[in-house]
Amino acid sequence: MINLFFISTEIFLSLSILFLLLIGVFKKNSESFIYNFSCIILLVGLAININLNPQFPIDLFNNSYKIDYFTTLIKSVILISAFLVMLCSLNYVKQNDILKIEYPILILSSILGMLVMVSSNDLIVFYVGLELQSLALYVLAAFKRDNILSSESGLKYFILSALSSGLLLYGCSLIYGFSSSTNFDLIYQNSQSIEYGIIFGIVFVLVGLAFKITAVPFHMWAPDVYDGSPTSVTVIFAILPKIAALTVFINFLYGPFLEMFDQWQAVIIFLSIGSMVFGAVAAIGQKKLKRLIAYSSISHMGFALAGLSVGTNEGIQNSIIYLIIYLIMNIAFFCCLFMLKRENQYFDKVEDLSGLSKNHPLLSLSMMIILFSLAGIPPLAGFFAKFYIFTAVIEQSMYFLAIVGLLSTVIAAFYYIRLIKVMYFDEQREKYDLNHSFGLKMILVVSSTIILIYFINPNIINNFVSNITII
Amino acid sequence: MNFPIISSLILLPSIGALFLFFINSKNITGIKYVSLFVSIINFLISIYLWLIFDQSSYEFQFVESKVWIKDFINYKVGVDGISILFIILTTFITPLCIFSVNSSIKNRLKEFLIAILLMETLMIGVFCSLDLVIFYLFFEGGLIPMFLIIGIWGGERRVYSAFKFFLFTLLGSVLMLIAVISIYWIAGTTDVEELYKLGIDPKYQNLLWLAFFSSFAVKTPMWPVHTWLPDAHVEAPTAGSVLLAAILLKMAGYGFIRFSIGLFPVASEYFVPFIFVISLIAIIYTSLVALMQDDMKKLIAYSSVAHMGFVTLGLFTFTQQGIEGGIFQMISHGIVSAALFFSVGVVYDRTHSRRINDYGGLVNVMPKYSILLMVFVLGSLGLPGTTGFIGEFLILMGTFKKSFLVAAIASLGVILGAAYMLWLYKRVVFGDLTNQKLLKIIDLNKVELSILTLLALSIIFFGFYPDPFSNTYSVSVENFLNEYNDKLNSYNLQNQ
Repeated sequence: MINLFFISTEIFLSLSILFLLLIGVFKKNSESFIYNFSCIILLVGLAININLNPQFPIDLFNNSYKIDYFTTLIKSVILISAFLVMLCSLNYVKQNDILKIEYPILILSSILGMLVMVSSNDLIVFYVGLELQSLALYVLAAFKRDNILSSESGLKYFILSALSSGLLLYGCSLIYGFSSSTNFDLIYQNSQSIEYGIIFGIVFVLVGLAFKITAVPFHMWAPDVYDGSPTSVTVIFAILPKIAALTVFINFLYGPFLEMFDQWQAVIIFLSIGSMVFGAVAAIGQKKLKRLIAYSSISHMGFALAGLSVGTNEGIQNSIIYLIIYLIMNIAFFCCLFMLKRENQYFDKVEDLSGLSKNHPLLSLSMMIILFSLAGIPPLAGFFAKFYIFTAVIEQSMYFLAIVGLLSTVIAAFYYIRLIKVMYFDEQREKYDLNHSFGLKMILVVSSTIILIYFINPNIINNFVSNITII
Repeated sequence: MNFPIISSLILLPSIGALFLFFINSKNITGIKYVSLFVSIINFLISIYLWLIFDQSSYEFQFVESKVWIKDFINYKVGVDGISILFIILTTFITPLCIFSVNSSIKNRLKEFLIAILLMETLMIGVFCSLDLVIFYLFFEGGLIPMFLIIGIWGGERRVYSAFKFFLFTLLGSVLMLIAVISIYWIAGTTDVEELYKLGIDPKYQNLLWLAFFSSFAVKTPMWPVHTWLPDAHVEAPTAGSVLLAAILLKMAGYGFIRFSIGLFPVASEYFVPFIFVISLIAIIYTSLVALMQDDMKKLIAYSSVAHMGFVTLGLFTFTQQGIEGGIFQMISHGIVSAALFFSVGVVYDRTHSRRINDYGGLVNVMPKYSILLMVFVLGSLGLPGTTGFIGEFLILMGTFKKSFLVAAIASLGVILGAAYMLWLYKRVVFGDLTNQKLLKIIDLNKVELSILTLLALSIIFFGFYPDPFSNTYSVSVENFLNEYNDKLNSYNLQNQ
């Protein structure tokens, strides 16, 4: 008998989406209601998900769907960050005229797709989840219909994403052809001997996934799409799909292809080094904060991938800690972006930050904490994220990766401290509005406090991941 | 468990900074009194620590150890005879910096004092951490407040200097981070005491030594990576320059003793010629550069590089005199350079010029200032009877034991030091009063007078009576050298 209890999060989310659609169709002017209600749905989904708490791995639907501690943890992370993202972008959405009934529903469906991706134990289920989340995101990217940049970014994302999905699907078919199964466990059993067809398949799938997490050289879309999309969508791009896709990286590589570690390790190292270095170098010349954070997130993904390239449980755990800290920092950063507004107009250029510290000392203080943390300066949380990654990397004596990574943090530090320079050393400009929603302020204060005082007791976050055993 | 005195030393300034954060920034006197109070209390605690410190023991004392990151790193702090003096130097200089901000810092006083207090926390942390990761945290954490101190309150080219400072030191330090993690995997721990006992496999030592060196060399600073220092010094506000010269530079010197030499004896022995060569270059070259400086702060900055060259020279002689001299020279330089930067700050506040040519004949209008400045200049060039002499003398003695040639060249540096310092003094203080602006200049006010007198007295007092310092560190240094030689001998035995 199929135990549906363990997918109650997904079921709940699907039913809620349908319910909200019905409300949207039959009730006029229900946009705000739906938006608020979907926030609550995410919270309830989170509660359901935490309540699952599986003691041992559970397989569903002929072993094509897997629930264990790891997937539950990642799902909780996705749900809570989706909730935070929706909460902090509420005012932005209202003021930029993108609050339509579809907007929250699309976000919810994208979240549903991510949950499916995270739990998938089968190539087809995984592809279905991936496409569900991507399709919703294409529309979200182009949500500001009358804005040419937004439409362009939606189209760009759609075309390139379709290309990468094609590659990914081709890889899946190769894997299926050479191992005669789409199920991860069966692939593992059938692919003990190294066959080049399978390796080709792995590489194609990795290309598709690397596209989703914007790893170099599949990052080209990121700056344009980040920049063109409404900021409330950019924050989703920067956080949610990356968590989901990186989890799939882990499930996919360390599941069916664990034995071929030597074959795919080089690919991951290449992606990792490329992302770390390119992300750091390319961000230096950026004049827009959203483009800058796009490159910065490329570089951060490189670090997370470095943890995956190690091939140990510690490496995976440290990558997940990295992701958690990364998402806290990014949510905090975008909260600051949402606060740079004057009379319903939002600002996102580097020069708009100039002299921020004079008029908005607290905002610039939290921004400074976030930026130093992103740069990885101790004793902030961002340092520990990198420290853990390199601990795992050096354990396997991968010194080259460690040295390149750390040198790229020095390069990256340059553009982070440039922002601090603009805020603190430059002349002040006009003031910004102060009437921000309570939720936005709370999220910024709490997240920057977490970043600041993480070092006092790192175990609180580390304990979540210390139970994860993939290998 | 006893009262955690070291942790309270580390934490107190931070608590003070947190307290300041909540005070209204318009309440200037309140802010000043709170920060001054906190730093003086901290100074008293450190003096108390010094008094109850057992000078006859070489063990680490007042050790506190606590699990920090589970199964990975312990928070461990403690002091021995070497580190305690640096802590006292820190707690001694910080109140003076806070005391001196009256005139030099015009805007955002609250933030400035918060930064200074945070700096104090981090610097004390560096000197008493007994775990490599904890050490790294404190060592690197200092970048943030110092970057802001230079960048926000600095002079005209402050942005350039702040960036240069930040990126240079960060670049040096990341390699050290790799070395720290490697040590964890090679030896299984990052606990310094444990590592002293276990020793590190000699085949890894050279690379690890170089990684640590890259960080300390930038921070010391050694030639050729010293170029950030003059820029940072020139642009930083007075209190920032004082902190930089008096304490930040000592973090690297301390790091050389505690980590480079203590952990990697085989590599240290191997790299002695290398250290000697670049130390000599630092001494001679930067002394010559200092001679030609037009800017007072730059001159003192280059003299700092030269003095730190003496320190590294002394430390790597591995003789009792050399290491003791190195430590003494660091303490002495901490006091003397702080005093010199304060003195430059005094005239800069009045005339807003650091150019030596803008001065001359100050003795006519500022007699008190001229007398005190003379004490500092003499202390810097190492006149017998000042602290500078003892340090340089011991270092040269230690160096003579190792190599006559090196000591002879280093002695040249002493002469050059006398040349540029006396020439500076002559150009600033003696001569005719040519600059009309200087006619209206007023002599030291009470605050400046008390700060400078205190520093001058300590330079002379410890110059005549260095025992309080030397008693504190001699047992530790002796034991340190014994352990060093033991490790080296056992390695040589193995290789025969």
